[in-house]
This record gives sequence, C-alpha cells and structure tokens, in this order.
Amino acid sequence: MANIKSVTKKTKAQAMGMHSEVLTGRTQQKFFNPDEAENFYYFGTYDVDFNKRTDLDVKDMSAADANKEIDNLMSQGYGTIVIKNPQGKHSLGVGILNKLNLIFEGSLGYFGIGSCDGPTVRINGRVGWSCAENLMAGKVVIEKNAGSCFGAAIRGGDLICKGSVGARTGIDMKGGTIIIGGDAGAFTGFMMQRGRIIILGDVGINLGDSMYDGTIFVGGEIGSYGSDAIDSELTKSDQDWLKRKLRVAEIGENFDVSKMKKIVAGKKLWNYDNLEPTEKKGAI
Amino acid sequence: MCGIAGLIHRGKSSNVGSELQGMLQALKHRGEDSTGYALYGETDGKNFIMRFKVGENVGEGSSSIVEDVSVYDERKKIVDQTIVELGAKIVKEERTLPYSLRYEIDYNKKDLLEFSQQIENIPGVEILSMGKSLEVIKDLGNAKAVCERYSLDKLIGTHAIGHARMATESGVDIKSAHPFWGYPFSDVSVVHNGQLTNYWNNRRALENKGMRFMSECDSELIAVYLAEKMRAGASLEEGMKESLSGLDGVFTYFVATKDSLGMAKDTMAAKPLVLYESDELVAMGSEEIAIRSVLPQEIDTYDPFDGEVKVWQI
Repeated sequence: MANIKSVTKKTKAQAMGMHSEVLTGRTQQKFFNPDEAENFYYFGTYDVDFNKRTDLDVKDMSAADANKEIDNLMSQGYGTIVIKNPQGKHSLGVGILNKLNLIFEGSLGYFGIGSCDGPTVRINGRVGWSCAENLMAGKVVIEKNAGSCFGAAIRGGDLICKGSVGARTGIDMKGGTIIIGGDAGAFTGFMMQRGRIIILGDVGINLGDSMYDGTIFVGGEIGSYGSDAIDSELTKSDQDWLKRKLRVAEIGENFDVSKMKKIVAGKKLWNYDNLEPTEKKGAI
Repeated sequence: MCGIAGLIHRGKSSNVGSELQGMLQALKHRGEDSTGYALYGETDGKNFIMRFKVGENVGEGSSSIVEDVSVYDERKKIVDQTIVELGAKIVKEERTLPYSLRYEIDYNKKDLLEFSQQIENIPGVEILSMGKSLEVIKDLGNAKAVCERYSLDKLIGTHAIGHARMATESGVDIKSAHPFWGYPFSDVSVVHNGQLTNYWNNRRALENKGMRFMSECDSELIAVYLAEKMRAGASLEEGMKESLSGLDGVFTYFVATKDSLGMAKDTMAAKPLVLYESDELVAMGSEEIAIRSVLPQEIDTYDPFDGEVKVWQI
C-alpha cells in the first residue's frame, strides 16, 4: 500500500519561487523501504556495472529482438551498451527501469526510449515522433533533430535535443525538464501540467496552449501564445537555474538567459486547485 | 494511417521505380490495402503516356463488383475508337493486366480537358494519369506486389511519389487508391496522408466550377483543388500555400509535376513527415525508415514545421 504524503511544508525550490504547484491527492508512487531487500528493486531491473561495456549491432534485428538483447546484456551486468546501426528503427531502448549508460550510434524512429526510469541515453543522430514518452527519471541527449511529441507525458528526468524539434513538444508533461537547442514547432507545451521546457530558438504558434501549470522559457521569437498561456517575470533565481541547467546539458554555453521570456499558465481555463469538490467532479 | 514517400534526383536520373518500391515497402505497416506509384520517367517528350483502367481489381479484399473480361475488351474497343475520333493516334499499347492499360498517344493539342472528358464518358473507364513523363500505377496489395505485377523496378527517371494505403474514408479499390492525377493537367500527381473534413463543401464548390471527381476518397480533393487553382492562373507553390487554409483537417501531402516535387503540411502538424535534403537528392517519407531504404548511411534528417510548403526542382 502506497503512502500518502501531504506536502504542507514549502520545498526549497518553492521557497525560491521556482514553481507554485503543490502536490496533493493520491499517488501511485511506491515508496521503497531499504530494509526490505526484496522490495527495493523494480521487477525486471538489474544492478549493472558502468565499466562493463559492450557493442550491439542491431542492423539485422527487429526492434523487439534488439530490446530483448539489451535486457539480456543488462542481466549480465553490462552498464554501458553501444547500439550500432539503429537505422531509424522504431521503439528501441524502451522500458529500461534501472541505471544504464546507453549510446546509440545513429538515428531512431518513433517511440524510442519510451517508458524509461533511470538510464542515461545519448543518441548521436536524430529521433522520430514521441521520443522518451513517459520518462520517469534519467537523462536523454539527442545530438541532432527530434520529431513531434518530443517528451510527451514525461514525469521527470532531463530530455535534451541539441537540434530542432517538431510540434507538441512536452505535450501533457507532468514533470522533468525538456531543453531544446534549436527551434520548436506549434503547440509546444500543449496541456502541460508540470515541469519546465527551455527553448533557445524560436517556437511556432499556440505556445503553451491549454497548459495547466509548469513553465516555458523561450530564447527566440514566439509564433503566438495558446489559450491561457501568459508572460511572467523572469526572476534572478530563474536565470540562475537556467544557467545551471544549460551548463549541465552542455548546450548554449554563451547564451544570454537574461533575455529569455518566461511563459506560465494564466489558470483561467481549468484550475483544479481553486475548484470546489463538486465542481471537480463536473470537470472530470 | 497511410504512408507516403517521395524522392527527387537533382540533375540526374536514377532507378526511381526500384527506389520508391523500397521506400513504400518499408512503410507497409502503415497500410497495404493498396499501393500507388507516380513515376516520372525518361521519355523523348513527343507523345503522351496515358495509363488507364477499364475495370477494377476484384481480388481478395476488393470492394469492387466482379465483371467478365469481355466487358473490359468491349470498353477498350470504345476507348480506341474514341481516341481516333479525337484526332489522336495510338503509337504503342501495352495491356499489363486485363483491366490496366498503358498507351503512348500522338496528340497535338495542349488542352487535355476535352480529350479526358471524352475518354472518361465511357462507363467503367478511368484515366489514372496522362502526361509526357508521368505514369501513375496503382493497384491492391503492398508495394512489392504492385511493383512485381507491373514490372516497375527497372523504371529510370528523375523523381517519384508513392502511397501505401490503409483504407478509411472510402473503399478498397483502384479508383480510391493514390496517387491522384491532377486532372486535366499533364504530369501532375498527388499523394496524401490524413483526413480532410471539409471534403463535401469543397467538392460541391469545385464541381460547380466544372472540376471532375472520380472517387469518394477525400484525398482526391487535394489534386482537384490544386488543379483548379492552377487553372485559375496560380503557380503550383501558390496553390499549395492557399490549400493550407482552403483545406480543413489534418494532412501532409506531396505533389509532383514534370520537373518539380513539393510538400505541404497542415497548420496542426498532425501528420508525420521526415525529410532529407541535399544538392543531389531530396527524399521524404512518413517515417525515417523509408528514407533509410535508399540512404542506409548516417544522414541528417528533420521534420518540417507546421504550415510548411516546400517545392524542389529537378
């Protein structure tokens, strides 16, 4: 049975004014007790050694076979796996729930790195639609461009694309950080609920449309604002956080973060925090 | 769902039949009810090439009515006779399948409207394409099956577009398969991935202007829409840009002419497209694996943005 944590005390980040959302209600998060060894790991996860390295050529493999082989290698303790010749295959590197250093030498198709929790992934090529969907934790770095729905519904972790991304980046995201080195398409941050998006370049139309919460930082031009997306003041702590995040992401080294625009939700459409219980039922 | 693919070699010819077959076959999981090719081959440019059908493929999965081959023969005879009456001459004829034919026609008039109308007035006959370079080949089955059936793998040309169809808005038959010819314009073809929601409004308006629809497939609207714009004097690119507001729904489509290839993506960017562009070659498809079938080495690709229109020349 999961514990229900009530968050009444301000976290450090909240005290700094980084975000205003307060986590309430039921959670599906499972709290592990380190004293109970049998419950300490997710089912199907492995204790890997980052110094144990191997290559895997997936040129003539199906995506399912490639993913099974990655799982097999992790079960043998390999902590650094280099995937050769991914050649735009779909759904590679999905469902990894432990720490792992995964490197793709090439490009991925759709739904790559989906539903992961913990790995550090570097892709030396491009990714297609819905990369890193539902990411819980970890870090994913894409050296070239990404398709649409980049980081859809992520809950946590850092997702970095050094090139440009398509439409609906961060759609429905509930946490984590998405960093884009180039431009982003239409409907960026569509229906986002929490988390942060940083775009160093330009963004398309309807930025932050129907966003509930969360923050979007834009360095370039904005095509247009979506419903309920409004400007907010870029604070000193925002700038410090942006600098730190960009440094860790190894992107935009000399970028002037003081000129970035900060976009948040106006909370005029749906603001669950302000609704009465009966109204919440109607909204659902 | 449907998958689309296209490529254009700039400044040289290549085996576009085989290349497009590889690209479409890589997309077969997006639909294999039917597959269509619009190939722009090397010709001397003297005669028109007319691809037409006198019946439907009634094989497994087809929604067409079974007809006797003698009916096809009778329709072919009337076509031959009509061509002569129109002052044209059949230089070469090939009957690939009982219902599918390819004619090379010596015809001096530039306006194909009267010619096309006369041929298509014959019940059961539809021109799939007409042009001095374009050949539209479409039939039921996946890319490999259609390519083998029509021996397309050796066709040399500069550019091509194709479509792997999962039938959603209309029947499984050749008339609803893509690509659509930009009737009555020589050498214009269109493939589309998506759904158009103002099909009937546009269709009624275009039919009132004298435009012709052969199927009830919403994608045909794009070809007719662009043809009408061009008839009114717009360039291809201007017509494509107007289509972004004139057509409602979600779409990514390709259009090709004798010497160019274009793409347009709707303002919602709801349908996928991956693009590779270099000085020698432009290749694009619904998924990167389509491009990988012709360019297996590591390349730089990108997704065009919402509302983007691009046109490349050979």
